[in-house]
Amino acid sequence: MNLNTKHFGEIEIDEKGILDFPEGLPGFENLKRFIVLNRENVEIPINWLQSIDDGEVVFVIIDPFYVKKDYDFDIDDDEISILKVKEVKDILIYSIVVVPKNIKDMTANLRAPIIINTLNKKGKQVVLHNTEYEINFKIFKG
Amino acid sequence: MLVLTRKKGQSIIIGDNIEINIIEVQGEQVKIGINAPKNITIHRNEIYKEIQRENKKATDVDFKELSDFINKKTINDK
Repeated sequence: MNLNTKHFGEIEIDEKGILDFPEGLPGFENLKRFIVLNRENVEIPINWLQSIDDGEVVFVIIDPFYVKKDYDFDIDDDEISILKVKEVKDILIYSIVVVPKNIKDMTANLRAPIIINTLNKKGKQVVLHNTEYEINFKIFKG
Repeated sequence: MLVLTRKKGQSIIIGDNIEINIIEVQGEQVKIGINAPKNITIHRNEIYKEIQRENKKATDVDFKELSDFINKKTINDK
């Protein structure tokens, strides 16, 4: 299907890749469907998370393990019960990135990772409890 | 707003399936235990609001500038 987006114009998306976020994202509770747009240059693992329901809304997302090698957290099964995860290997984890005017100061939200079950394409942004990880962790030092 | 006074060890019930227990009271801090169905998400209010704000901020991006920036970067620059 074709999708009109604010930033990338009209793009063709593979419907098989559409992710279902039953609860939306905090601040965007009405937006339930997203797709990950992979960039060609994969040197830095940054991708786009484009809303299907609102072409104007797109997030910059990054592999949190690139940002912080030892990134590690526990989640209660109840908290991601809507994802119906059977095995950890089936999940993908992203962090949402904030890109300020001074781009090298971009930050990743390590406190609230996006978790996706790649088997059933369900996703959720989980707010971690009992963690020190920052909401705005600086990606590039210096 | 409904205001109830409770003591340590007491609880309140909301609807028929959300139970809130007062576990400990120490000075200005209250430790609360919550029993709720799995589909109810529970957050510390100020943190949830902070995540909402951060998500809103995250959608304001100059993609052209960002693309130029990351295309110039390499892993070694980190």
